[in-house]
Amino acid sequence: MSAEPDGPEDRLRRLTTIWSRAVFPVTSTSLTRAEFAEQLLPLARRLSHLLRARSFDSEEAKAVGAALVDAHCTDPEALTRTLDCVDAYLVLYCGEDGPQDELRMRSSRLQHAMAAGYAQALRERTLAEQEAIAQAALQAQGVVAQALHASEARFRAVFEGAAIGIGIADLEGNVLQVNEALLRMFGGSEHTVRGRNVMEWTHPEDAPQTWKLYDELVRGEREHYHVEKAFNRPDGTVLWTNLTVSLLRDADGEPQYQLALMEDTTERRLLNLRLRYEATHDALTGLPNRTLFFERLEKALGAGEGQRFGLCYLDLDGFKTINDSLGHAAGDRLLVEVADRLQSCATAPGEMVARLGGDEFVALTTGPGTEREVDELAERILNALITPISIDGRDLLVRGSLGIVEGPAGERTAAEVLRSADITMYRAKSAGGNRSELADPEADARAITRHGLTTALPTALERGEFFIEYQPLVHLGDGSVRGAEALVRWLHPQHGVLGPDRFIPLAEHTGLIVPLGRWVLEESIRQAREWRERYGEQTTAGPLRINVNLSPCQLSHPGLVQDTVEILERAGVAPDALCLEVTESALIGADDDLLKPLRRLAEMGVDIALDDFGTGYSNLANLRRLPVSILKLDRSFTQGMQQFPADPVDLKIVEGIVTLAHSLDLAVTVEGVETGAQAEQLRILGCDTAQGWYYARPGPPERLHELALVDATG
Amino acid sequence: MERPAWAPRSIDISVPSVSRIYDFYLGGSHNFEVDREAARKAMEFMPGLPKIMQANRAFMRRAVRFAAGEGITQFLDIGSGIPTFGNVHEVAQAAAPGARVVYVDHDPVAVAHSQAVLEGNEDVEVIAADLRKPQEILSSPQLERLIDLNRPVALLLVAILHFVEDADDPYGAVAELREALAPGSLLILTHASYEGIPLPAERAEGVVDVYKDIRNPLIMRSREAIARFFEGYDMVEPGLVPMPHWRPESAPEDEDPYAFSGFAGVGRTA
Repeated sequence: MSAEPDGPEDRLRRLTTIWSRAVFPVTSTSLTRAEFAEQLLPLARRLSHLLRARSFDSEEAKAVGAALVDAHCTDPEALTRTLDCVDAYLVLYCGEDGPQDELRMRSSRLQHAMAAGYAQALRERTLAEQEAIAQAALQAQGVVAQALHASEARFRAVFEGAAIGIGIADLEGNVLQVNEALLRMFGGSEHTVRGRNVMEWTHPEDAPQTWKLYDELVRGEREHYHVEKAFNRPDGTVLWTNLTVSLLRDADGEPQYQLALMEDTTERRLLNLRLRYEATHDALTGLPNRTLFFERLEKALGAGEGQRFGLCYLDLDGFKTINDSLGHAAGDRLLVEVADRLQSCATAPGEMVARLGGDEFVALTTGPGTEREVDELAERILNALITPISIDGRDLLVRGSLGIVEGPAGERTAAEVLRSADITMYRAKSAGGNRSELADPEADARAITRHGLTTALPTALERGEFFIEYQPLVHLGDGSVRGAEALVRWLHPQHGVLGPDRFIPLAEHTGLIVPLGRWVLEESIRQAREWRERYGEQTTAGPLRINVNLSPCQLSHPGLVQDTVEILERAGVAPDALCLEVTESALIGADDDLLKPLRRLAEMGVDIALDDFGTGYSNLANLRRLPVSILKLDRSFTQGMQQFPADPVDLKIVEGIVTLAHSLDLAVTVEGVETGAQAEQLRILGCDTAQGWYYARPGPPERLHELALVDATG
Repeated sequence: MERPAWAPRSIDISVPSVSRIYDFYLGGSHNFEVDREAARKAMEFMPGLPKIMQANRAFMRRAVRFAAGEGITQFLDIGSGIPTFGNVHEVAQAAAPGARVVYVDHDPVAVAHSQAVLEGNEDVEVIAADLRKPQEILSSPQLERLIDLNRPVALLLVAILHFVEDADDPYGAVAELREALAPGSLLILTHASYEGIPLPAERAEGVVDVYKDIRNPLIMRSREAIARFFEGYDMVEPGLVPMPHWRPESAPEDEDPYAFSGFAGVGRTA
């Protein structure tokens, strides 16, 4: 639209500019003032028309007022400024040349109508917006309420459906809400739980800290705690729980409620108790078992000063025979009866009976007076066994061997005490059984050393801890060295050099004697060959011979002959350089099977010597049967010849034996020759060879060389 | 039994709301007496507060038009509040028909009202979410429906960051949003500051106290601190300036002195 200067359009624009300048500062529009003026321009045009129209259209005037509200002139100040502007400038700019009075009147009516239209529009807009925001608030609340409801429903489902008990109480301990699971744990009815106070639920088995933790929690000093707790159910039974209590705080962090989560552990606890019972009791007799016994013994040994303990270790005599002959069922019934009788022996406080296994039982007494009590206990036990036990209509006489250990607490471990009792019991058993023995530290030490040596034997052989000493065998007629007896020694890392009496019986017992014996044989034969190679032809009496001891166990070992032959062949030593010494006792009552290997060895040329002759019940008649070529007289015969004059009885005996031996074509060797007089005496009596300290103590193989050389050159 | 402590809190319209106070300043009636009371209290300290809001709206209008002029047709307005007049979608759709707008606010009443007002507008979505959890905004199905994050977006953070305390890591949130935006996206931002207010700082602090009282603290930041929100953006001319100075369409001299409070700026992602 063109706006010729000072034409109607230009005047309209000038009015609009004045209007917009007046109103713009009080509007909240985001338009620029120029844009805002563009919005006002059509309104100004409408006002211009209304001013000059023939009849006054009040509705149109009201509409212009309402349009102001639509242009976001919601501040009533905008209306005031608009009316001021209309009043002052509308007639001036838009009245053209009309009658001034009429125009003024029309402007005035127009302003009234505009004000009415503005007010109505503003009211409607305000109401609409109020309505809208209220609706929005309601809507939003509805959404939140719905979310809350869903969340509450979810939590309720969790709460009610949970398998663990859940309860909520206030900080005074009043129970506000509990779930089904918790009610079930307490036995079902709601009034037994709801409305009650947490603090009523004390129980004699509450741990000392339980209620301290509770107090800390309700005071807000602790966020949660976890305890094992018992509750009394209305029916009198006990409910055991794993209880976790947490403090619930409000949004501002203030403590509000306490939340208890509990898990019923009653069954598990019972099961644990039963498992514990089963783990600590013997299924057959119902007596405490080894585990429980050790616990008690350890407790007794850990008791304070002045406390003592007494222990009786019982092993039934000959139980194996009963088991083997009457069967295990009968054996079991016997054990049950023995257990019952033993139990009645140890009924005082501090006393207990346990079954360690098999037919081994222990009775324990504790307290300050066990020195006296343990003897009484042992007596009661042996007395309890006197009456025969009736099994399957048979009266079985049951006897036992009892080892007693008594002492102050705090000195020994349970294992040490039990070992001592075991050793002592075996002493009672070796002494014939049906008796008790009191533990003795020395006997224990011996047994313990024995045990230690036994277990150390196999590795000792592997580690080469054994060595051999040689004791010369001297011909009594000319004093020449004829050979030597190989004597095995053990260089023990702790105990030093041990003689064969300390370990050969152990090796016999464990069977290690076979490899050990083989090693001794190999080593001795090797030594014999060395002697032969170096000096063999220099001695007057031919090659040096080697005497090796053969234990009873080796004697019955099936590989004896083959092993011996192989060793001799490998070393290239003739069988006649070897003499195997066998004790007389090993051959007593020997049958042909046992003698066969000896016989074969003898046939090959190996000499067999009967060692320690004269100590057993020598069956002289038997001598003929044995493949023996040498008798070695026991040293007890030569001992009587050490003094001067010699015991005439001994002289007679030796003379008789020598005569007998020679008549059987057996040579005689004497041991334990310690003086020249002795040697001379034995020579006169006709003995062939001798060994003893008079000639040389057992020593390293080099010693023998020297002796032999002296002998050879001298 | 009382309401358990874990239950969500309900809407309490007896507590003033920032968005309804904002509406009041803009001459609207989408507010309750508690809101008006708080607004009037703040205006006792700073009578020109409505002019600041108006200047914000005017800047937003210019910035949205600028964005549309740059060819951007996707708008994400976080902290949109209560729609009154001259809303982003009106301005954007006028400048670029078919422009898509997602409004985000954490005030459930503002969201409910927006949803009522915008019902039927296929190109607009309203999300109830919080600027402090950008992933909730970025992964919302409404955003996914309207906005293609592979193309440039105009992100509006108008008069909102000054309601996020440092403890809630506003810089982290802004950075997270930036990382989700395609190159060529714009950040349109205004922020309150003591700088530029035509009053002594002590007076302005009275306003800060009012917001503190309604548990919606107003965090005044320095220009330097505000500039840091544009890390990773290239500033569009004329940079971070008082609102009337940003690409004015009328003479800044004509503006109310209060309009110069705080800063506005637009940045572009590289």
